[in-house]
Amino acid sequence: MASFLEFRQVTVAFGDYVAVEGVSLALAPGAFVSLVGPTGCGKSTLLNVAAGLLAPSRGEVLLEGRPLKGLNPVAGYLFQQDAILPWKTALDNVALPLVFRGVPWGEARERARVWLEKVGLGRFLRHYPHQLSGGMRKRVGLAQVLIAGPKLLLMDEPFSALDIQTRQLMENELLRLWQEDRKTVLFVTHDLEEAIALSDRVVVMSAGPRSRPIGDFPIPLPRPRDVAEIRLTPEFLRLHREIWELLRGEVLRAHAGA
Amino acid sequence: MRGLRVRLWQAGLLLGFLLLWEWASRTGRIDPFFFSLPSAIAQRVWRWFATGEVYPHLYITTVEMLLAFALGTLLGVVFGLWLALAPAVAAVLDPYVKALNAIPRVVLAPIFTLWFGLGVLSKVALGVTLVFFVAFFNTYQGVKEVSPLVLQNARLLGAKPSHLLRHVYLPAAASWIFSSLRTSIGFAVIGAVVGEYLGSAAGLGYLIAQAEGVFDTTGVFAGMVVLMAFVLALDALVGTVERRLLVWRSKEREGGSA
Repeated sequence: MASFLEFRQVTVAFGDYVAVEGVSLALAPGAFVSLVGPTGCGKSTLLNVAAGLLAPSRGEVLLEGRPLKGLNPVAGYLFQQDAILPWKTALDNVALPLVFRGVPWGEARERARVWLEKVGLGRFLRHYPHQLSGGMRKRVGLAQVLIAGPKLLLMDEPFSALDIQTRQLMENELLRLWQEDRKTVLFVTHDLEEAIALSDRVVVMSAGPRSRPIGDFPIPLPRPRDVAEIRLTPEFLRLHREIWELLRGEVLRAHAGA
Repeated sequence: MRGLRVRLWQAGLLLGFLLLWEWASRTGRIDPFFFSLPSAIAQRVWRWFATGEVYPHLYITTVEMLLAFALGTLLGVVFGLWLALAPAVAAVLDPYVKALNAIPRVVLAPIFTLWFGLGVLSKVALGVTLVFFVAFFNTYQGVKEVSPLVLQNARLLGAKPSHLLRHVYLPAAASWIFSSLRTSIGFAVIGAVVGEYLGSAAGLGYLIAQAEGVFDTTGVFAGMVVLMAFVLALDALVGTVERRLLVWRSKEREGGSA
């Protein structure tokens, strides 16, 4: 199967600091792939390259076989911190991507309402971000990204700031939405359990600098999944042990370096 | 009722000050010729409004001030946006902006009188030179402090430059622009009154200058009182508009944008 997104020998350097070096990674269409690795291993850098926010110093990114130039037009990016507009209501925030595409406000709001109901915020349409909890703001962000219909979803530790219950709720929500139309997902996290519970495939990055993938594990767990329950299955624990074996060395190296 | 107590104290303070002034003037502890009396000032203000002789002057000053305020703010916001969004232009113009701002504006009054005559225009020009820089620096600062994350997110969601201006830069700069508006009002009045004071045939500044010419301190103070009430009323108006437009701001976080 032809890959949807492909990193080819991608190297990114910031001045003298080489964040990632020689990364080659191919994502099949509809695959949910997680990147895990110790802090500072360049996971977010790879996401920014995939989004087109950052041009690789060497190598290239192919999107459906063609080199990516400028912003990635089919990507939706959910950032680690809130990136929704604080001066717009939840409804207007979600309607905005449609307005940017020339949809009139009335229709855009109508469709935004549907999306907010989908993420469980039907009663908070007129709320401003500061009136919402962290989890709710994440839902607004998710709806805002998804309403534009991206084919590729880039997620940078989107749930790391949430408490554990909200986090599992959001993870299940994400899986449910993803199940509907199976976008290609590149999910960055430092939480191995989250990565295994969500993904079809987990890629382990080495400690930075000059970080690169050092392990690639398929996750053959059945879907649909419940992220809280699946953590207790023997298969999950086996995978966790196997991947952690590799990851632990990198985490220790990152610690020693820092 | 802490609010009520504060109000009572405020009223008491004003009353006490006025009584002390009245008493000192009446008993000859200060010279009424130089300091006048609150009762005489109140009477004068009353007479001005009762006979209507102040209205033409008030009208002239209002027109000058509003024109200076509107024109100065508009130019300031436009130039602020332009320079903030075009760093190359800002780099070139930076020393000139600083140099122009370094001129004490009052010395421009004679030049403006020569250029624009004794009428409204010369006062407006003086006011504009004052108001412009306040609006300019605040807008510039506001745009520069837009959260890069919010900006990146909007771009990835498909925002074109005009969308960014309308939905990101202007709202983000709004709290800065509003704080500049409140300073600007004072400056617009200064421009109008100082201009009138230095050479004119009408306006509150002219009224004060006339009173001063005949050592009529009551007239000078009465002019000051009318000006003060006028500025306070405008300030309250801007405050109301500000609260309506900036409802999205949380109470505990004034003026932020991230």
